[in-house]
Amino acid sequence: MFDYLPYIREWNFPHIWCSGCGDGIVLKALIRATDGLGIHRDEAVMVSGIGCSSRTPGYVDVNTLHTTHGRALAFATGVKHASPNLNVIVVTGDGDATAIGGNHYIHAARRNIDITVLLYNNYIYGMTGGQVSPTTRKGDRASTAPFGSIEPPFNISGLAKAAGASFVARGDVYNVKKLEKLIKLAIQKKGFSLLEILSPCPTAWGRRNKMGHPVQLMEWLRDSTVSMEKWEKMTDEEREGKIRTGVLHDVARPEFTDEYAKLVKRLKAEK
Amino acid sequence: MKKVIMGNHAVSYGVRASEVKVISAYPITPQTQVVELLSEMCANGEIDAKFIMVESEHSAMTACVGASAAGARTFTATSAQGLLLMHEILHWAVGARLPIVLANINRAVGPPWSIWTDQNDSLSQRDVGWLQIYCESNQETQDTIIQSFKIAEKIKLPVMIVLDAFFLSHTFEIVDILEAEQVRAFLPPYVADKQVDVTESHSFGNLASPDSYMELRYMIQKAMEDSREVIREVDEEFGKHFGRSYGLVKPYRCEDAETILVTSGTVASTTRAVIDEMRDEGIKIGALKIRVFRPFPFEEVFDVLSKAKKVAVIDRNISFGHHGIFFQEVKSALYGRTDIPIAGYIAGLGGRDVTPTVIREIADKAISDKKPEREINWIGVKE
Repeated sequence: MFDYLPYIREWNFPHIWCSGCGDGIVLKALIRATDGLGIHRDEAVMVSGIGCSSRTPGYVDVNTLHTTHGRALAFATGVKHASPNLNVIVVTGDGDATAIGGNHYIHAARRNIDITVLLYNNYIYGMTGGQVSPTTRKGDRASTAPFGSIEPPFNISGLAKAAGASFVARGDVYNVKKLEKLIKLAIQKKGFSLLEILSPCPTAWGRRNKMGHPVQLMEWLRDSTVSMEKWEKMTDEEREGKIRTGVLHDVARPEFTDEYAKLVKRLKAEK
Repeated sequence: MKKVIMGNHAVSYGVRASEVKVISAYPITPQTQVVELLSEMCANGEIDAKFIMVESEHSAMTACVGASAAGARTFTATSAQGLLLMHEILHWAVGARLPIVLANINRAVGPPWSIWTDQNDSLSQRDVGWLQIYCESNQETQDTIIQSFKIAEKIKLPVMIVLDAFFLSHTFEIVDILEAEQVRAFLPPYVADKQVDVTESHSFGNLASPDSYMELRYMIQKAMEDSREVIREVDEEFGKHFGRSYGLVKPYRCEDAETILVTSGTVASTTRAVIDEMRDEGIKIGALKIRVFRPFPFEEVFDVLSKAKKVAVIDRNISFGHHGIFFQEVKSALYGRTDIPIAGYIAGLGGRDVTPTVIREIADKAISDKKPEREINWIGVKE
């Protein structure tokens, strides 16, 4: 049995997440992943913004920064730039990273700065009670779209890839072993690593969209997620309504803090 | 129609009665219910308005600026960090002379994170040029929203309505809900005298040289000065229509009071209960609620306080390195015209409850101090 206690701040419990929320599953997978990689807690920094996902660092006993809404990546960029030897992990959500913090998201990816982003996609603003977020699906009901959203959602992973991230993956809170593996890969990868984690909100999203029971959400994840290997063999018709999980994109690209160090070295040599 | 509703919904009903045309917002606790109800009202046709859920508070205020410049009556609501993120565009709305109305639910600013009330968010926007009105009841909140559109459109400046988080925003009270049909005679539809228009073009936000910038700033100050009279008139007219008026300030048992406690927001209601208790004991004490903070009601404040022997200001805010912010304002209203001792008390930051006991402590301290030993006193700070 894995012992989580050395990694958590017991004084900060009970956590704020609702029954049936997947965020606690991510928290445990994250702890197992970092333990598995042998990362010392003094070398790890977790940065978050605002939202249910962003409460995660409050529960983990590493260096943590709980920052303003949408700005976790900007804070994290400062941390990584000041101390490139630190493992910087940003925990954020769909609203935090792609609405109010959308600009920081695309620019951090463009720079390819060595930050691991765990982006919990719960399809809604959960903490404030279920407003439409940039990933709420068209037609889904939300407190600010009581008759269904008319906006098309963002493809979070596609956005990171298009902006220049060197590693893009998607996991979910049903396939937990796989999630742990993906977190490890994302942390190990040098450069901007985006791991989108499907953690649908039962309270604010599910209940409004005929998936109010957490078990229904788990079944939905089980039935709609497919591995990359499977996806490759599927016809367009079979892909309808399915969500790919696994490593979606993995390339080598120059990393920002490395490039910066190289520039400094070169200019010093020229002096 | 009378209904028991929460403070946040009193805001929404005020907006509904004002026949707003564009609402733009971003979620933040504890403002949430204001726009949730409004989005529902927009979606089901109860209000003929367009609702946009944007990607940040900065965008929410910016969308209001755009819509207002296009001639629409506009509204948004926010809180704390959201208001701070709007800061740049709050200035813009003033310079562009747009009559936007915003409801800010007073919430303490982080870090450390807090969702509970204090006034530092709105008071840190003191100098941007928005009118600020602090409410203490759900009825006053609904009515002030309606009044605010009329005031804003007359003087061409935006108005911020301010409510305490939870103590007001989430507290349920009976409210006489006004319908648009009742309000229309008091608040006719908004007609902008200049607007973004395809038939007649205007330039908005263009470069102003040192030759003209200062005059434009002078005009804003002039509008602010004139707005005192406009607020009075609008409040009186509202009273004629609906039987309720609120004043720029609200004195309570001040006529023969030797000591007067100055308050704002929900602390004002609690204070009145303490005043009654102390009056029963034969203590000559009164309270002054400041409702309109910008423009500051210098004359009203002076008229009430100059008859007292001592003034104590309770501030649920702090200007670091200076004083409580209401304290500073009250002091400047009295400066050079009277030598009444005035002391400032900081209480209730980050949502700590300002109970009758706390107010009594302040009142007793104010009375017993021969001369206030310090102008600033922190109440209830733990060692």
